[in-house]
Amino acid sequence: MPASDALQGVATEPGARKPDPILVADGVVRRYGGLTAVDVDHLEVPRGVITALIGPNGAGKTTFFNLLCGFDRPDEGRWTFEGERADGVRPHVLARRGMVRTFQLTKTLARMTVLDNMLLAGHDQRGERFLPSIVKPLWRSEESANRERAMDLLARFKLDRLAQDYAAGLSGGQRKLLEMARALMAEPSLVMLDEPMAGVNPALTQSLLGHVTALRDEGMSVLFVEHDMDVIMTISDWVVCMAEGRIIAEGRPADIAGNDAVIEAYLGIDHGGTASGAVR
Amino acid sequence: MDLPQLLRSPRVLLLLVALGVLWPATQAAAQGGGGVSDAEAARCAFTKAEAIDANGGPLGPSIWGRLCQVIDGEVRYAEGAEVTVLRDGEEVGSDTTDAGGVFVVTIDGNGTFQVRLDPETLPKDFSLTDEARARLDNVRVNLGDQQVVFRLGEDSRGQRDFADYATTVAKGARLGLILAVAAVGLSLVYGVTGLTNFAHAELVTLGAIAAYVANDAGVPFWLSVPIGVAAGALFGFGNDRLLWRPLRRRRMALLSMMVVSIGLSTALRNGFQVAFGPAGKRYTASSGQTERAYGPFRLTPNDLLIIGVCVVVLVGMTLLLRKTRLGTAIRAVADNPDLAASSGIAVDRIVSVVWVLAGGLAALGGILYGLTINVKFDMGFILLLSLFAAVVLGGLGNAYGAVLGALVIGIVQETSGLFVDTAYKFVVALLVLIVVLLVRPQGILGQRERFG
Amino acid sequence: MSWLSIFALALQTAIGFQGASFALAASGLNLQFGYTGLSNFGHVGFLLVGAYGMAIAADRGWSIWVGFALGIAAAVALGLLLGIPTLRLRGDYLAIVTIASAEILRLVANARPSEPLTGGSRGIGGLSGTLGFFDPNFIPAGNYGIGESFVFNSRQLWSMLFTWGLVVLVTILIWALVRSPWGRVLRSIREDEDAARALGKNVVVFKLQSFVLGGLIGALAGALIALEAGSVSPTRWVATLTFALYTVVILGGAGTVLGPVVGAVVYWFILDAVDGILKNLWFDISDTTSGAIRLAMMGIGLMLLMIFRPQGILGSKKEMIAGAR
Repeated sequence: MPASDALQGVATEPGARKPDPILVADGVVRRYGGLTAVDVDHLEVPRGVITALIGPNGAGKTTFFNLLCGFDRPDEGRWTFEGERADGVRPHVLARRGMVRTFQLTKTLARMTVLDNMLLAGHDQRGERFLPSIVKPLWRSEESANRERAMDLLARFKLDRLAQDYAAGLSGGQRKLLEMARALMAEPSLVMLDEPMAGVNPALTQSLLGHVTALRDEGMSVLFVEHDMDVIMTISDWVVCMAEGRIIAEGRPADIAGNDAVIEAYLGIDHGGTASGAVR
Repeated sequence: MDLPQLLRSPRVLLLLVALGVLWPATQAAAQGGGGVSDAEAARCAFTKAEAIDANGGPLGPSIWGRLCQVIDGEVRYAEGAEVTVLRDGEEVGSDTTDAGGVFVVTIDGNGTFQVRLDPETLPKDFSLTDEARARLDNVRVNLGDQQVVFRLGEDSRGQRDFADYATTVAKGARLGLILAVAAVGLSLVYGVTGLTNFAHAELVTLGAIAAYVANDAGVPFWLSVPIGVAAGALFGFGNDRLLWRPLRRRRMALLSMMVVSIGLSTALRNGFQVAFGPAGKRYTASSGQTERAYGPFRLTPNDLLIIGVCVVVLVGMTLLLRKTRLGTAIRAVADNPDLAASSGIAVDRIVSVVWVLAGGLAALGGILYGLTINVKFDMGFILLLSLFAAVVLGGLGNAYGAVLGALVIGIVQETSGLFVDTAYKFVVALLVLIVVLLVRPQGILGQRERFG
Repeated sequence: MSWLSIFALALQTAIGFQGASFALAASGLNLQFGYTGLSNFGHVGFLLVGAYGMAIAADRGWSIWVGFALGIAAAVALGLLLGIPTLRLRGDYLAIVTIASAEILRLVANARPSEPLTGGSRGIGGLSGTLGFFDPNFIPAGNYGIGESFVFNSRQLWSMLFTWGLVVLVTILIWALVRSPWGRVLRSIREDEDAARALGKNVVVFKLQSFVLGGLIGALAGALIALEAGSVSPTRWVATLTFALYTVVILGGAGTVLGPVVGAVVYWFILDAVDGILKNLWFDISDTTSGAIRLAMMGIGLMLLMIFRPQGILGSKKEMIAGAR
């Protein structure tokens, strides 16, 4: 597998250096009141592979994830995306640079059709500019090209027959698929998935897994937050484990499965939501 | 701590606000005060009833007024001064003031008139405040007769003594405390349900009206207060049970709920007007109040009563929220309803309790506010923006913030009258709100918002 | 008065200037609230600056076009001033700040020190004479209509024609905007602004465009109300007017192109018919009381609509069910 080649010779330790990382973070800290939710010294997200971000409840995974894509602001820290500075950058700018995320609780746009959900994701549309939008001939051809691409993507996710339905009418699993298809419509180089398998039935999980590996095979990098160890072992090329806001281990799935710190973090911490519950 | 961070600290902000309020007072004290106060100037006020008395009969179509000046602390009237009325430059009539300083110039109907006072005819010791105002060029008469005022005597504005400042700050604190009592409920409801309730103002009015109805029926005022509060609490409970809880069950969007609340507010306010009448009314306890000096403050016994009740209630609320199981449960629901529910708290019951508290506190705020002004169908609505300003200033959903915000708004509103025209005093409070949102959107005590 | 004449009068108000000016003002609000989900509870502030722009132009002897320009410039400035700080924040803040600023504007216009500019509590009169709004009126003097109640005079017809004409233009503009990808972004913001952000949309800029354009349309409505009345006074621009416009938008169907037009006509028909009935009961009701009853009914109507028929007359039930999930 070419993906694993890229990670050959990378040390299995927190903050390990990688040959050509797509995202590099340094000293990222986020505090809520007196509580430190995230405290990451150094992390490099490898290019062209699937990286899983794991950890027990309240480990700060989602908070860290939100920080990276600009949806939350850190107290300290810097990071770069594709070699360019990415901290202090607003989320929509990062999305345009190719860092596109999904949400743990799907954010499909309920009172819009499935197709409109897709079309929204196209970047730099002329018809989205205020004055040109009034004159349809200015954006008609661009719109029909986007429509074609959207229908192709929907077909790939088996949603093409629902294109004209309101997104609210989709099942939970279909919404996850739509959100992923929509992310692809935005032509990302790094896809960030926040618990893509949460609340999805086992049959659909397989299909989702197939879609995620397909992203990698098409040359995209994937970073995803996940709980389910089976899922992680099946598809990820690299695993980063967080606990109490810090990165405690990094490595290939096989290395992580036997890592003492990871086992301790998963078994030793009360699952009652120690950190996130006390927040706010 | 760098400077911007320092400015974000609540204690430093409070200090700055306090300085802003106290600085003018110390300045005035340094200058030594003196001069005529606004209160003394107000002794020259003249009513239509007095004018009819002075005229010895009903006023026909006329322009009338009284020339009055406070000289050495004594109210005196200018006799023998000449007042002329013109329409489009042509004389309509004139009159010479009598011993009571009163003039009545008969006119030929409604319209726009010019009124002239001949300053030369003013008796010794009398003088116009502003020479240019001896000619009033645009006096409109719409309802048959019209009073005109020529201000006499030294301009009293800007010449206040320390007691004036101190009293204004105290009155601001009084207003702030009333706002705080009324705003805590608004903030708690927001905290536990996320609803920005525009009909909160009507809870305030309802309490005041209920207490008035009891008071008017012969119940002594002290007993009318708990009756009004009970009515407010019951109404708050009903609000939640009959309207908001079913809507929450339907998972109505918060934006839609806000729109429902403006509908409710409009319906109730106008309903009050139909049932209670458009005129303002007064509690029996409002009459016979005279100001007395307490240290540097000139306050009425009612002012002291209001301040005392508010402080007791606010301390009580703080203890309730901090020290009791109920308070802990309320704070837990406000922090995170889902988490609270999963740890065994009956969220619906807590929300009901919060609505009862909100209704009762709003009613109490309304009754106390009614003691300082008239009880009227839209009195709550007039307070609404100040309430929102207080709640946002303190940090939406933060009950302590609401109290702090209310004090700031109350004091700023009252003291601003010392620097700008009193017509702008609401404006100043609302501007403070907008500036705070620009600088520190989460409010003084609010936490930074979390995305995603 | 007969039932027929009560309804004839109500219809006259509904399709007359009242209906037209409300349709125009509500179109602006519909863009903000219906399409973008912005809780602008101070729309009346935009109407106010439009009206005073016209009145101040008249007062200074400037032309009607300067009046429109003043109102529009003030509305854009107001939109930017309120939008830039608050559109970054949660919707509640926008609601509170807009309602507060509309009230500020009214109080400032009303205050004695503002008299040289706004005429204070008396306002400014004599607009129609100075600005010549009725000068181009080509309709010959006289009464036009059916029967005794359903009658318009030539001045009324002129202001109706002018205002409905503007409603048509604005409606076409809004139709062109909301069917485009730009409109799609607005709707996505209404549904979930974080999703729009995650897909690379600069949400604040889109909100600001919608807010300012909606406010500008409100200012146009205010300017026309001033022209038609021939005078401006501060008592008219109260929060209740904003709430009435919400009722119009939701009645017609929020987020539909023709919703504000249908809403305004139906709203005025009902309101005026109720007024006619109240004034013809077997006992006397004062104007103040009947006004309060009308407004109380409007408030109840707004609540019931929002709860039981949020899609209004023109909205699709299916879409609303989608939204409720």
